[in-house]
Amino acid sequence: MSVPRYWREIPQRTRLEGQKCGCCGTVNYPPRARCLKCGSTSLEQYRLPEKGSLISFTIVRNPPLGFERNAPYALGLIELEDGTRITAQITDVELDDLRIGMPVESVFRKVSEDGDAGIIRYAIKFRPTFCNP
Amino acid sequence: MRKVAIISYGLTKVDKHWNKSLRELFGEAAKKALNEIEIPSIDAIIVGNMCASDLSDQNNIGSILADYIGAIPTTAYRVESACGSGGAALLSGFTSVASGMFDIVMVGGVEKLTDGIGKETTYSLGKAADAEYELFYGSSFVSLNALMMNRYMHVYKTPREAFADFAVLMHKNGAKNPYAQLPFEISRETVLNSETIADPIKLYDCAPVGDGAAVVILCPLEDAPKYSDTFVEICGISGATDTINVSSREDLLSLKSTVTAGMKAYKMAKMSPADIDVAEIHDTFTIMAALSLEDLGFAEKGKFDKMMNEGTFEPGGIVSVNPSGGLKSRGHPVGATGIYQAAEISMQLMERADKMQVPNAEVGLIQNIGGSGSNTYVAIMRRCR
Repeated sequence: MSVPRYWREIPQRTRLEGQKCGCCGTVNYPPRARCLKCGSTSLEQYRLPEKGSLISFTIVRNPPLGFERNAPYALGLIELEDGTRITAQITDVELDDLRIGMPVESVFRKVSEDGDAGIIRYAIKFRPTFCNP
Repeated sequence: MRKVAIISYGLTKVDKHWNKSLRELFGEAAKKALNEIEIPSIDAIIVGNMCASDLSDQNNIGSILADYIGAIPTTAYRVESACGSGGAALLSGFTSVASGMFDIVMVGGVEKLTDGIGKETTYSLGKAADAEYELFYGSSFVSLNALMMNRYMHVYKTPREAFADFAVLMHKNGAKNPYAQLPFEISRETVLNSETIADPIKLYDCAPVGDGAAVVILCPLEDAPKYSDTFVEICGISGATDTINVSSREDLLSLKSTVTAGMKAYKMAKMSPADIDVAEIHDTFTIMAALSLEDLGFAEKGKFDKMMNEGTFEPGGIVSVNPSGGLKSRGHPVGATGIYQAAEISMQLMERADKMQVPNAEVGLIQNIGGSGSNTYVAIMRRCR
């Protein structure tokens, strides 16, 4: 992956920046040229909530290229507090403790790296929310 | 718009064809299709393929294939919609004949997955998903399907065994298919005891990796009797999309692209799910089979297992599902799969399916999905006498 390709997605991947439609209120994440729901181009920058709950998960045991050293790891579908859903890794958890419905919060983590000399890629992962929100 | 017929088909066994290249596989299927009919020329070749540029270092396969089968200077191009590439090629071929642009079109699909080494093949297949927002995070094609399967089992309380039973049915059917990659029967335990790939998906929930090529020849329905004694009509066809990200979908347990493409194809054919005698659906993973059966109108939401247990989908049932063995047993030569399905339904309607033959099949349906549901092509075909 080239450096610019990684760099230009930083706002979305590290700050969860999406868009809110000025017309119908739909949150678009990842960002789009026109609203997914109504097609409006009146889209304003919008930061997604950092908390939500796990609505599905899997444990990746046969990892894709570049993730061999991480396996087994958990991948989840998270529904954030505003209803927006996102795909991300679930971290800081014993794999046996994963449950659909468990509260989770975003956390900044290393995702992968380009060999010994390439860039290290960071993004948001989610971890169980242990303390009361 | 002109009516369109399939007048011939040709396919190779799906297999790990170590001794055959991309072009040789396609040539084998094309020769079989051409041997069956007398046609003056081929006006266009439209071929579905997903991975040739990654695994065989080959783009521009329209030209390669036209050259290899001696069809120069015909129009020839490749279409790509991930696993839905074959369905996209069929729709493209259909519209070009229906519109009057071309008279005789060879629609094909070819995939040479075993040219990839190690993880290259799964990496290439993964590109059907969103590279920046799914693959970046360590998702793979299997794990995205696993997210849907886990959610399905959570919402509908479906027993894990139900998915295994679908794979068992597919292998029972595929054991009778001379073109199948895995033509043997399995038991529920074969599935449940197989390696876990991404929980809850086990190895035997997945379609195998294999090579293959398939071809169908299209022409205007009114010309079909000139070229062939047996032919079928494509009486409904459509394609539709859904979000590339699984997470962006309104309903995680419905393939909106399948619902939309299905409704449009049914409407065009003036038919409903009850009219379908035989279907070839896109069961890349057993969860995809469950969602597809429900979204095509063959089962109620969340109840595919109940209908399956009643024998609904067995050969000779209310709708015979995947008498070929489906992707699970026949195999899934990605960009060719939609054309395998079209050829298999043609076989059924022409009554040439031998041991796979469904009695009195008058109307058949194919459903070919790209990605984890981000596109679907549906076609409905009718027997012509």
